[in-house]
Order: sequence, then structure tokens, then C-alpha cells
Amino acid sequence: MAAELEFERPIHELEKKIAELKSFMDEKDIDLTDEIKRLEEKLSNLENSTYSEMKPWDRVQIARHAERPTTLDYINYLFTDFIELHGDRLFGDDEAIVGGVAFYKELPITIIGHQRGKDTKENLRRNFGMPHPEGYRKALRLMKQAEKFNRPIFCFIDTKGAYPGKAAEERGQSEAIARNLVEMAGLTVPVICVVIGEGGSGGALALGVGNYVHMLENSTYSVISPEGAAAILWKDASMAKKAAESMKITAPDLKELGIIDEIIEEVKGGAHKDAKHQAELIDQVLEDSLHSLLSMSKEELINQRYEKYKKIGQFGFVNDSIVVK
Amino acid sequence: MIKGLFVKKKKYATIPTGKVKQDVPEGIMSKCPECKHIMVTKELRKNLLVCQGCQYHYPMSSQERIAALIDEGTFTEYDADMISGNPLEFPDYVEKLEGDRKKTKINEAVVTGAGQIDGRDVTLAVMDSRFRMGSMGSVVGEKITRAIEHAIDKETPFIIFTASGGARMQEGVLSLMQMAKTSVALNRLSDKGLLFISIMTHPTTGGVSASFASVGDYNFAEPKALIGFAGRRIIEQTIRQELPDDFQTAEFLLKHGQLDRVIHRSEMKKTLSTLVKIHTEGRV
Repeated sequence: MAAELEFERPIHELEKKIAELKSFMDEKDIDLTDEIKRLEEKLSNLENSTYSEMKPWDRVQIARHAERPTTLDYINYLFTDFIELHGDRLFGDDEAIVGGVAFYKELPITIIGHQRGKDTKENLRRNFGMPHPEGYRKALRLMKQAEKFNRPIFCFIDTKGAYPGKAAEERGQSEAIARNLVEMAGLTVPVICVVIGEGGSGGALALGVGNYVHMLENSTYSVISPEGAAAILWKDASMAKKAAESMKITAPDLKELGIIDEIIEEVKGGAHKDAKHQAELIDQVLEDSLHSLLSMSKEELINQRYEKYKKIGQFGFVNDSIVVK
Repeated sequence: MIKGLFVKKKKYATIPTGKVKQDVPEGIMSKCPECKHIMVTKELRKNLLVCQGCQYHYPMSSQERIAALIDEGTFTEYDADMISGNPLEFPDYVEKLEGDRKKTKINEAVVTGAGQIDGRDVTLAVMDSRFRMGSMGSVVGEKITRAIEHAIDKETPFIIFTASGGARMQEGVLSLMQMAKTSVALNRLSDKGLLFISIMTHPTTGGVSASFASVGDYNFAEPKALIGFAGRRIIEQTIRQELPDDFQTAEFLLKHGQLDRVIHRSEMKKTLSTLVKIHTEGRV
């Protein structure tokens, strides 16, 4: 049973009421069909209005939903013959990032993504999807391998961020992230990134320098978590809801800021309601993106990535109005 | 001789991490915030803002850094008039920028330009921690990217002095993306076989540490500079244990293989000059 989200409560209450009426009708043999029909219409309207006017904080709740499909779920639906590959060859294997080779519709590809756990035990093993340096280095190793064999790369982004730990610093968290950014910039194969859940800061960006970057409708991408932003800005982590509004972290916000390419529509109520259907929605966008990149030369791919990132930012000049690029 | 030894001992008695540093007072005398050694301000400046008592490196403004490094009269600044917008419409952000502009006499947290070191051309970027803690927003990202492009056009080495608290919160995810933007430019620089030297000064943290600062062909740091990705307090809360005193200092990074050298300010120009020479002379 999906955990109830606060903004969905009126929907769940109405659903409960309809169910009660139905069982009442069966038990007492009274015809309540009209009443039920009326309520079901009301429910449908309520769902439409709730899910079409979602607030940033509502989306944060969906992006973090315990049952939200993960990288491995989507791999299962989107690719065939997936073989997972482990380790960075330097220190260890970080299970907060998974990667491997597979087919995408007869085309050999490399797939890499952050991986959250489905339960507490798995979350401990995967460190809640928060990578250490060896995770980024494994990812880079697999990207370089993909480049060698001329395979396109798909990256699925879903992390609260890089793990803030002592060992992570000792082993060069900064360098590992920075290295990925620079190396991804120069990859001679198509790179397509999709934010499927939370895109938390540098830990997300380390898998995020692509020719295309798409976001699921209810995913988020931010420089800091809403809680972190609230703690810094108002010295109060409980102001996270307000921070989520002002930090512009939702897919529509990022589209408006010119950072992402496409918003991938979600199943009504969020990807967790129907992972298989969600995979189909992702599939359409992946196919289109890949199609447009496969005809590009190595040099064109690198230049396209250069131009894409070069134009992100807003600035102006003294004695001049601010130029919005 | 013996007296000298005692002074030296004192040098290692204090560790500057985490403490708030004051700017050098404008008075005739200056008191070192670390060892309380008092120096004539003029002498201190002549000593490149390094305490004679404990070798504490005072923070340097971008102007002071450029003066200490670049041959006199050879520096041309790029994009000096570029300024930030307020893309997230953050309350007070415009006022804070205005205040820092007045205080520092520069328009943003990085100064970029071209100049010479001992007669050899370099392209330079110097971050300034006095301006919004050296944080990186759209302007910092754009100015550094443009400077790298200049270095590519003119085929010069690119040298950066970092000093930054990380990404600029007030510009949200646009700040984060500046890490990617500067990285695509650095990849192109590297692809052309051009030299990139990064010198991390106090402090170099967060998104700046996790992008251009850490990917130099040579990674250097000034003594005792604070360098790291996550904040000390966050890490202590996460792992629920106390961290060693030297955690995230330049010396800590050197020990863990993250730096090529820790360079005393008095040796900086000479070291950079020699490296530039090694990379520009005798090439076939």
C-alpha cells in the first residue's frame, strides 16, 4: 500500500467513501448507483485538479516516494540482456550507483544510474543512493568503456546528493565529481540523461553532463535540498516547503530556466502508480533523443554538449539591462 | 638558533580551519589572528600578507593576488563589467551584491584577464572570497568559461586561484550548472593540449572544489587552506563522530594524494613561472 501523501488526502477520503457506499449497497440491497456515479465524477474532477496543479512541495513528496520506480526498475522495462558490472578498479564497488551493458531495441548501450534501496536493508547496502567517490569512478570507467566500443550512454539520475562522510572526503569526493564533469564533456558517444527522482547537487550532476537532459514531470533537480536551503537561508529546516517554492527545483522550473530539454509526462498521481506505463512514457523520449544523436559525428556530439552548457546562466553588464540568455 | 626553534614550534600549535578570519586592518600595525604576532602593516604587505611569526597566510584580495604574480603593467582584465541578475527573484540578493561591489570595488567574485609571468603569457582567473564568500553564480561561471576560451584562442596556459564557499544559493540550480559549463570549457582546453594549473586557497569548498579547482594538470594549495566538498558540521552530524583537527586542510589533502604540492606564498610566483617555462620552452 502506497504511503499516503498529504496533498492526496482528499482523494483518498473520497475513494474510501465510494468504497463504503458500494459495500453498503451490496449488503442492504439498496440502489445507490446514482449517488456513487455522482461521487465518482467528483473524484475524477478532484484527481484532475489535484494532479494538474501540483505545488513544488507536492512534487518533492512524489520524487521521494518510497515506492517510486528506481533505475533498476526502469532497466528491467526498457532494456534487454542487461548485465550489471561492478567496481571502479581502484578501491571498491559502490552500490549507490549501478551500471552495465544491455540492448536498447537491438542497439548495444551502456546504462548507469543512482540506485536507492526498496527497503531499509537494501538502503543500508546502497547507502540510500548517496554515492562515494568509487561510485563516480565506476560510472566513469563504464562511460570510457562505452566510448571505446562506440555505445550510446543512458544515465538515470536519482540521488539526494553525494554522501557527506569522512572517507568520501579522504578518497577525493571533489576530484571524483569534477573528473566526471570534464570527462563527460568530451565523450564521443551520445549521452542521454534522465532525472527520474531527486537530482541532488554535485552527486547528481556527476552523471548529468549529457547531450540531452530530461526530467520526469515530478522529479526535482537542485543545488541543495529544500531542507538544506531552509537551514541556510532562514536557519530553520522546517521551512523546507517555502524553500522548495523559491528555489525553482521542479521540472517546469528547470525547463523555464533553459537547463533541461524535455519534461517527461508522468502517470497520473506519479510514476509509482504504474511503473510499466511510466517506462513506456520514458521510452518514447529516449527513442526520439537517441535517433537525433545517432546521425551526429563524434565532433558534433562534443560541440553540441559544449553549446548546450555554454548558454546556461543569466547575467548582464554594468549600465546595461540584464541579458536573459 | 634556539629562539628560532621555539618560534617554529608555535607555528604548528594552531590550526586555522573553521575560524572566521578578519581582513587585514588598515591601521599602521597588524596583529596576526593566529599567533597574535604584531607586524607593521607595510611590512606585512611586503611579505605578501604572510605573518612572519607563524607563517599564517592572510586572505588576499584578487587585486593583491594579481599584483603579487603578474609582471607589472602586463595585466588586461576581461569582462570587468559583467554583473549578476536575480534569476530566482531572491529577496535582498540585489542589495547584497550592491553592498559587496561597494566594499570590494569589483563587480563579481572572480577577476579574469591576461598577463605575463616573467615575460610569458598566461590567462588568469582569481576568485575573491570577499565577494559573497567567493560563491559561484552565473557570472563567475561565465567569466571563467570566457577566460578559458581566451586561453584556447591565444594558446596560453590557464591558471586559476580558487577561493569559494561553493555554489551561490541565491541562483539555485543555475549555480550548479556553472560546474558543468566550466567543465565543458576545460575539456576543450585539455583537448588542445594546453596547460591548466589550479591553486586552491582558503577556502575552496562545495561546487568549486567539485569542479574546476580539482582537475588541474597540476593541483596546488596554499598552506592550511580549507579544501573539501561537504561542510565539516554536516559530516560530523552524518557520521556522528568528531573529525581530526587537520581534516580538509591543504596538508590533509596532500597526505591523501589529492594535491601535487602545498606551496608557500613566497614560492608561488617562482613555482608557477618555472612550470609555465617547462610547458612553453623546448616544445617540438
